[in-house]
Amino acid sequence: MSRLGHLLGYRLAGRPLLRLQRRRDERRLDSLRSGPDRPLEPPLRSIARMKEMMSGHYLEGRHASGVRPVAWVTSGASTEILLTLGFFVIYPENHAALCGARRRAQHLCEVAEDAGYSRDICSYARTDLGALLSGETPVGRLPRPDLLLCCTNICQTVLYWYRVLADHFGCPLVLVDTPFQYGPQPQPHEVAYVRRQLEEIVPVAERVAGRPFSEQEFTAIVARAKEASETWLEILERARHRPSPLTAFDAFTHLGPIVDLRGEQATTDYYRGLLAEIDRRIAAGIGAVREERYRVLWDNLPIWYRIGPLSQWLAARGVNVVASTYAHAWGELAPLMDPLHPFESMARVYLHPILNRSAGQKLEAMRGMVDDFSADGVILHSDRSCKPYSLGQIDQRDGLVNQTGVPALLLEADHNDPRSFSEEQAASRLEAFVEMLGG
Amino acid sequence: MTGAAAIGVDAGSTTCKVVAVDETGALLASRLEATHPRLEEQAAGLITALVGDLGPVEPPPVVATGYGRQLVRGAARRVTEITCHARGVFGALGHGGTLVDIGGQDAKAIRIGEEGRPIDFAMNDKCAAGTGRFLEHTAGRLGVAVADLGPRALGATAEEPISSTCTVFAESEIISLIGRGADLDAIIRGLHRSLVGRIVAMARTVGLGPPLILSGGVALNPGVRAMMEEATGMAVILPPHPQLTGAYGAALIALEG
Repeated sequence: MSRLGHLLGYRLAGRPLLRLQRRRDERRLDSLRSGPDRPLEPPLRSIARMKEMMSGHYLEGRHASGVRPVAWVTSGASTEILLTLGFFVIYPENHAALCGARRRAQHLCEVAEDAGYSRDICSYARTDLGALLSGETPVGRLPRPDLLLCCTNICQTVLYWYRVLADHFGCPLVLVDTPFQYGPQPQPHEVAYVRRQLEEIVPVAERVAGRPFSEQEFTAIVARAKEASETWLEILERARHRPSPLTAFDAFTHLGPIVDLRGEQATTDYYRGLLAEIDRRIAAGIGAVREERYRVLWDNLPIWYRIGPLSQWLAARGVNVVASTYAHAWGELAPLMDPLHPFESMARVYLHPILNRSAGQKLEAMRGMVDDFSADGVILHSDRSCKPYSLGQIDQRDGLVNQTGVPALLLEADHNDPRSFSEEQAASRLEAFVEMLGG
Repeated sequence: MTGAAAIGVDAGSTTCKVVAVDETGALLASRLEATHPRLEEQAAGLITALVGDLGPVEPPPVVATGYGRQLVRGAARRVTEITCHARGVFGALGHGGTLVDIGGQDAKAIRIGEEGRPIDFAMNDKCAAGTGRFLEHTAGRLGVAVADLGPRALGATAEEPISSTCTVFAESEIISLIGRGADLDAIIRGLHRSLVGRIVAMARTVGLGPPLILSGGVALNPGVRAMMEEATGMAVILPPHPQLTGAYGAALIALEG
């Protein structure tokens, strides 16, 4: 039945329908015109294809159980190993963000809280646990995992979160522990430690998948992941242009495939198409914000449930949030990926995310981005849910103000739980910040 | 009285202020009232009354600030309190520094640059502790007039530590202290210490450097002033009309056009 469902629901009916939907979306996007009353350019046309890809991914997820081995993984986990074995991969964090963007997260958080999960726990975890407990999700249904893969390079919450999932689903949990990085380069023993853990994923994943691991296939997937990550980085770097052809809010929206589908050929193709579209904007002198007067760097996760209004509000004041440490996290690791030494290089990659590095290194990275993107100011989203990202922000903010001379604002919110966001307080701070930029 | 060149309105959460300045930026007249729920009518009425005070003149341009700034009819511009306070202090004193503004609903620390522009700021978030409301609330609980709080804090011979910086929990703490027979003035002194501790910590986040300037209604409290000096080791400077600083800054911005 599951194979038939996969064939009918996904391959024969679902995908063609999504293709039709994409064409309809493209026609609608083509009909949109920029105008003096619109502070933002119409969305990039590629968004229609991105929607098709992500909807297709979650649609396949509905029918994946019993057809493909299913793994649930953290955003900083080595998905390339799993793709080599044909796993269908779900990122609960990405699913939670999707719930946040569709304003479904608060309800799901409340379901988790009713079950006893503290409101102080990350709102991604609460959103997903709420979806698990209630069976409610905007994507219809998530496939039950056969394997859980958790990497501690983004936070410690995932450790407990995935233990809860392992207990709930009764499936194997593989943990990859990545020592926190205080210096600019990992120590050789740290790389060896992570490399061995990555290698140890293989026999467990082979057992679950019921097929042998192919080094050759792994190399090819790492090569594709590298190419997609490089292209993603190139896209983000295009925001150095004045006016910038994209905003960080665009980057947040187009982030889905590089997180969820990294290593697949379609992802690499998609980002090449997006890059070409952005280059056409540059050639035509089109900026994402009609009148870009100020350029701003964003730190931390997006406020998913406010992306649209916030980007409109800022654009109406001539502010373009041109870059973010968050979207860069999936691009800046590309140079470390080496298909010829896949395990060794992936150990380095998974040690190196910004969240696994010290507060001083993050400040260094942000200072570099202020220069690279000619930022006039920085907004640091102090994210109640993401403690590792937010810890150190007060000092980082002071460091940026003192070392770069640009104003920096600490904006208190939460990436997924709107109850930790006060519209009025945020507005008054943002308004004062824009005045400091000179507006 | 003639020669009004601009008007500033600070529609704050506790009080609504309007001031008029002449073309040199000198303060000509002002009015201050407790904020009404119908702020729109109140601000319009205060502007009309102020224009009336000034005699038969063409109504000058208005800039509005404060939480209710969107409700001020006829304002040429609406500017945040951060910018207006910075501009007001600079206009009144002729220099920048670290401004601590303790208003009814929020407390702000603003670093003001050479030209009177804010360089950095911090505000209290999601909590009334460290604001005028904290003192107002606890004064009500103690049965003491707000104006008497500062002198009584300074006159106290002892001090009861108030460990909590949350307005609601501080109230519970006060009730316990009263229940234990603690001296009222010692409690008041402890309250001031708690408030000042919180404010100074916030001011340090913008790089607390001299000169230290205090504005807002709470600047009129001598207890807060003295304890701020004690906590920072800096002399506290007050602009001539601490409660009118935001409105005065708004008027100066209106003057600049």
